[in-house]
Amino acid sequence: MDVVELSRIQFASTTLFHFLFVPLSIGLAFIIAIMETMYVVKKDDKYKKMAKFWGHIFLINFAVGVVTGILQEFQFGMNWSEYSRFVGDVFGAPLAIEALLAFFLESTFLGLWIFGWDRLPKWVHALCIWLVSLGTIFSAFFILSANSFMQHPVGEVLQNGRLEMNDFLAIMTNGQLWVEFPHTVFGSFATGALFIVGISAIALLRKKHVAFYKGSFKIAIVVALISGIGIALSGHEQALYLVETQPMKMAASEGLWEDSADPAPWTVFANIDTEAKENTGELKIPYVLSFLSYGEFSGSVEGMNSLQERYTDLYGPGNYIPPVKTTFWSFRVMTILGGAVLALSIWGAYLYARKKLVNSKWYLRIMIVAISFPFIGNSAGWIMTEIGRQPWVVFGYMKTEDAVSAGVTAGEVLFSLITFSAMYLILFAVMITLFVREIKKGPDHDIEETEPIADPFTKEGQHAFS
Amino acid sequence: MLSLNEFWFILVAVLFVGFFFLEGFDFGVGIASKFVAKDDLEKRAFINSIGPYWDANEVWLITAIGAMFAAFPNWYASMLSGFYLCFAFILFGLIGRGVAFEFRGKAEHPTWRKTWDWVILFGSIIPPLTFGIMFTALIQGVPIDENMHMHAGISDVINVYTVLGGVTLTMLCVWHGLIFGTLRLMDTLRERCRRVAKNLLPINAILLVAFLGMTFFKTDMFSVHGNILEYLFMVGILVYIASGYFITRKRDGWAFLMSGLIMILLIASVFIGLFPRVMISSISEAYSLTVQSASSGDYSLKIMTYISLALLPFVLGYQIWSYYVFRKRVDHKEHMEY
Repeated sequence: MDVVELSRIQFASTTLFHFLFVPLSIGLAFIIAIMETMYVVKKDDKYKKMAKFWGHIFLINFAVGVVTGILQEFQFGMNWSEYSRFVGDVFGAPLAIEALLAFFLESTFLGLWIFGWDRLPKWVHALCIWLVSLGTIFSAFFILSANSFMQHPVGEVLQNGRLEMNDFLAIMTNGQLWVEFPHTVFGSFATGALFIVGISAIALLRKKHVAFYKGSFKIAIVVALISGIGIALSGHEQALYLVETQPMKMAASEGLWEDSADPAPWTVFANIDTEAKENTGELKIPYVLSFLSYGEFSGSVEGMNSLQERYTDLYGPGNYIPPVKTTFWSFRVMTILGGAVLALSIWGAYLYARKKLVNSKWYLRIMIVAISFPFIGNSAGWIMTEIGRQPWVVFGYMKTEDAVSAGVTAGEVLFSLITFSAMYLILFAVMITLFVREIKKGPDHDIEETEPIADPFTKEGQHAFS
Repeated sequence: MLSLNEFWFILVAVLFVGFFFLEGFDFGVGIASKFVAKDDLEKRAFINSIGPYWDANEVWLITAIGAMFAAFPNWYASMLSGFYLCFAFILFGLIGRGVAFEFRGKAEHPTWRKTWDWVILFGSIIPPLTFGIMFTALIQGVPIDENMHMHAGISDVINVYTVLGGVTLTMLCVWHGLIFGTLRLMDTLRERCRRVAKNLLPINAILLVAFLGMTFFKTDMFSVHGNILEYLFMVGILVYIASGYFITRKRDGWAFLMSGLIMILLIASVFIGLFPRVMISSISEAYSLTVQSASSGDYSLKIMTYISLALLPFVLGYQIWSYYVFRKRVDHKEHMEY
């Protein structure tokens, strides 16, 4: 494998891994902030218990999110130095602002939140977790503004052999950003919400701490329901924008070789042959692709073959078709799971309102599995977004193969790839173990902890402080 | 009048200086928790003494790198790809260390805790050691070609001089961390921090003198910026002597100020010595990256200047406030989070 391939594998794997934790952090911070606010307003200790219990899990997750995120700030320069030179004038600014505005906010106020339970007035303490939540959302906004630039460059001019910023406001108001940002944040809220729903479902099935987990479920299912609707609406907006700005990605995600009929049908399933450039065994639903692409039940969608011709004229000879199968299937995984999240949230809200939740064994069992839906959906969405943009790293300006570091050898990347992967796998295993421990300890852990527990591994007298 | 390029060079330098001032004692505390703490409780006291801060302190590095990317894309690109393995090792250290703080206290089993103790130790040694090596290589000059690509062999990065730089920076972090400990810890642990910090005085003095001596011969810093560096060197000697005085007299706050100043003077000197270059080419002076050739355009720098000047007061304000909130010493007989 050459250095481009290895660098891509490293970037993809470390970024996808990082993005398992990010959405959960964004979602949990927001929901914990709601819980703590209810504690301050209603003065009911139940909500404090909730904020603390879910807070323990949030902190473990946040730590892994932070450390895997450090790498992100470095690896553009480490592995993609030519990319960094070419777009740094535009791309560096959002990253620097993200650090200054978001990372300081979340890290400082998270420190205050963890260590400040007894030192800060209640409302100030609640404000701290809101600021953490705000920090995570700011962070999403600025990193997505950078990503949006790669999808749809705006506010830039090509001069001195590189892209230079000439309109910062245009970058902040990039249409791509304003469809991508809400979609990502709603997806993250849903990730946090379905996590709480799923863990609560385990406890409710075992009839443990029923009042506590029902309360958590209630808050989370409301967030899930709103997020589910938000995901669908913002996803639709994003598709409309995609057809305009990156029609090739749209065509690839549909496996559409030739221009479609008018109105365009949506392909549910197809056996794609990228060699012959044709599909077999397609299952189609009429009108739906027209609706996805234009918001109305008419209109033809451009296919990959005619786009390839158009791009060859525009950008010179080359292959402008991304890996079709990956784009096609990741899009389907994302949309199906997104739909499932919405449906399950409606179902859960209905069961809760009808007071049937605790006895709905099948629903609760499904929700345990459904913890994974947003995680898989988020990853699939990013795979579609990034693979579908290929061969470009910055659409229309720079190809991925030209972006890689000049002085770095394949051996060096292989070494770092293996080491990072090994570290991340260990982190993941440890994190899951700790999750299970915290969940098993249950919501009363903070009270129980002051009582001595017989444990053969520790010296007498140290429990009180652990 | 300061040009935007110069302003951003100073800002990047300030962020790195801030990082080593703050995270410097975090690294030191991490190392000290292995060698100075005698039992688990004392180890935890050390870790808790930086508990509320270490994450925000690390953001200084992230911001420094981000500012470098935004203001000097060529510097960012050449340095991070050129020192690829160095940065990989720094990241291994920072990743392990970050989760170790969070994970260590989550279970009581001795093997579990011992494992994370080792991770904290290596995670606290590798970053300052590697940064020291890298910055020393930077002022010594590295092979950069006419396309700003750096092609360093092992001896360009690892040699007697750079390793001395790495060791010196790491030992200064340990010392700085111990003095921080005298501010945040109690009783015998506080006494012990002070005693070890005092014992480190002659060792660090030798390291510093050796490092500065080699710098005189191995770099062009003193011929380029002789006057100001000689002046800073004199200040440094006075500060170092003062630190010894304050440690002996148990004036911990003043001692911390002095160890912090040493850190600031050392890192600032590196950046002063570099200026107006940001990376020195050992192939040809003409290939060196400078604050002009490595930078972003004027528009981009201007926008970044407005935004950072608007945000910095808030960032500094709430960080200082968080130190104020946790001004009380860590009492290891009370509840500790980590």
